[in-house]
Amino acid sequence: MTENVAQEPVAKIQQTEVSERTLKSRMIRSLRQRPSRAIGLIILLLIVLAAVFAPLITPQAPEDTSLQLRLKPPFWSDESVSPYFLGTDQLGRDIWTRIVYGARISLAIGLLAMLVAGPIGVFFGLISGHRGGIVDATVMRIADAQLSIPSILLAVAIIAVLGRSLLILIVVLGITKWVEYARISRADVLKLKETDFVLASTVVGAKNNRLLFHHILPNVMTPIIVLASFSVAEMILAEATLSFLGLGVPPPTPSWGSMISDGRDYLSNAWWVSTWPGIAVLITVLAINFVGDWLTEVLHPRSIL
Amino acid sequence: MNLRLILIRLVQGFITAFLVFTVVFFIMRLSGDPTLLFLPPDASQEDIERFRSEMGWDQPLVVQYFNYLGDVVQGDFGKSLTYGGSALEIVLERLPATLELTIVAFVLTILIAIPAGLIAAVKPNTLVSRGVMVVALLGQAMPGFWLGVMMILLFSVALGWLPTGGRGGPTHLIMPAIVLGSWGAAKITRLTRAGMLEVLGDDYIRTARSKGLPERLVLIRHALRNALLPILSALGLTVGIMLGGAIVTETVFAWPGVGRLIVQSVLKRDFPVVQVAVVLLAVIFLVSNLVVDILYTVVDPRIRYD
Repeated sequence: MTENVAQEPVAKIQQTEVSERTLKSRMIRSLRQRPSRAIGLIILLLIVLAAVFAPLITPQAPEDTSLQLRLKPPFWSDESVSPYFLGTDQLGRDIWTRIVYGARISLAIGLLAMLVAGPIGVFFGLISGHRGGIVDATVMRIADAQLSIPSILLAVAIIAVLGRSLLILIVVLGITKWVEYARISRADVLKLKETDFVLASTVVGAKNNRLLFHHILPNVMTPIIVLASFSVAEMILAEATLSFLGLGVPPPTPSWGSMISDGRDYLSNAWWVSTWPGIAVLITVLAINFVGDWLTEVLHPRSIL
Repeated sequence: MNLRLILIRLVQGFITAFLVFTVVFFIMRLSGDPTLLFLPPDASQEDIERFRSEMGWDQPLVVQYFNYLGDVVQGDFGKSLTYGGSALEIVLERLPATLELTIVAFVLTILIAIPAGLIAAVKPNTLVSRGVMVVALLGQAMPGFWLGVMMILLFSVALGWLPTGGRGGPTHLIMPAIVLGSWGAAKITRLTRAGMLEVLGDDYIRTARSKGLPERLVLIRHALRNALLPILSALGLTVGIMLGGAIVTETVFAWPGVGRLIVQSVLKRDFPVVQVAVVLLAVIFLVSNLVVDILYTVVDPRIRYD
């Protein structure tokens, strides 16, 4: 691959010095110009609120089953039963309730897995770019090796071996995504190393660690923030996929992926069981991607795009 | 790209494949010794011990690793623990199905995504272009397996046009190929559009137009060729994502390929099969990236990789 090392270091430094005030006004202006971003932000906030206040907006607990209420259709059908307006699944559980509680799982896993992947990736990226030599070669070769295994495959293998639990899922998803963070922060360190202010602090005698974490790290944060926003969406999709394969959160905890999987056996008589949770994933991921687009525009991190 | 650099690439690829091999070996053994999974519950302690030492599982992990490595060098990838036969043969048997699906999905992706991105860039603000972008946006946000389930619901259950799964004639291929290609197609469409929009404003395009070249020539010879670079590297990544996506897609459509074999073997802890299958997919991915790197120099002779 080609690497564009040491390009426009000056521009990079300048844009990180943008003052609070202009950043805020840019954020608002961007939302006005592109309403899709504002809508994405609002929907994402609503999803977060729904997840936080789940018990207040759902009629029952997500695990409540009822044999009399098996596979009841959504509200527009004559056979629908109030208040289960999205219908019920094969165990008579309310699909709306399970989707709302499923949002808790999806958002929590998305965020926490990002918080695992980000620091690991940035740490190795910084060290790799800063030290160079054998450290750099080793880290980058491991990164290459990992990129040549499809991440879903890696996750499937680890989970099958270690078993299913929330913690394992978060750590595994985090591990499968550290590489992108490492690559981006490494590329930025390589650019920054040539800049005057880093040279200056080296001359003044700043120690390696201080240089890395006090001077270089703050300057690579912009692309990291943008990457983080998109990777939450990726993690949510990955979690849904693993749950669909039966390797996600163990039942009866509601997860969108396993709800879709459950519904596959009832496609001929109860289409709604698989359909609604998929729409929930779609809307959530779309909303996060819109917010990511917005952050990209407002912060414009040149280094990754 | 000269021969020396191709050689360097090959060596790098080989090291990577070796790393993948090592990592998978140790991951698969993290759960400990699988002896008990393969013997009846009433097996005597003696039988257990005998089986364990027969399989070499009583030795330290590092010794097991080097023993296995020695076998692999001689072309022996071990026996499948569930099917009995050679693990390599079992995986290779399933490979044509996965290749067929991946290649069809890949060709479909290129045939749809690049023209769609082109149209979206050349005629912005039209209904067609808006439609293309909305579909691309949805394609990237949709879980592939859900798209598969929804297609089965519509085309198999409701309309009865297509079979729900399995491998057979072209009708069996339609849905799995679309599902497998959807994410990549969405990504490539967006990239093509963005690349074209950037290039179309450049001076040499104005020059090409002002010397009276037909618009089609300007777009394809001048603009698309320059917009193609980021698309090419994304195509390389798309192959990797498709190979991973095959795991999910093959599971949804009961497609008898390597992806489904991996899921089944992981669940049965059939180490040798998982080992071979994962390394094989990694090698395919590495080779396709090498091809992309070489294509790079064809599309853009400026790149020399020194």
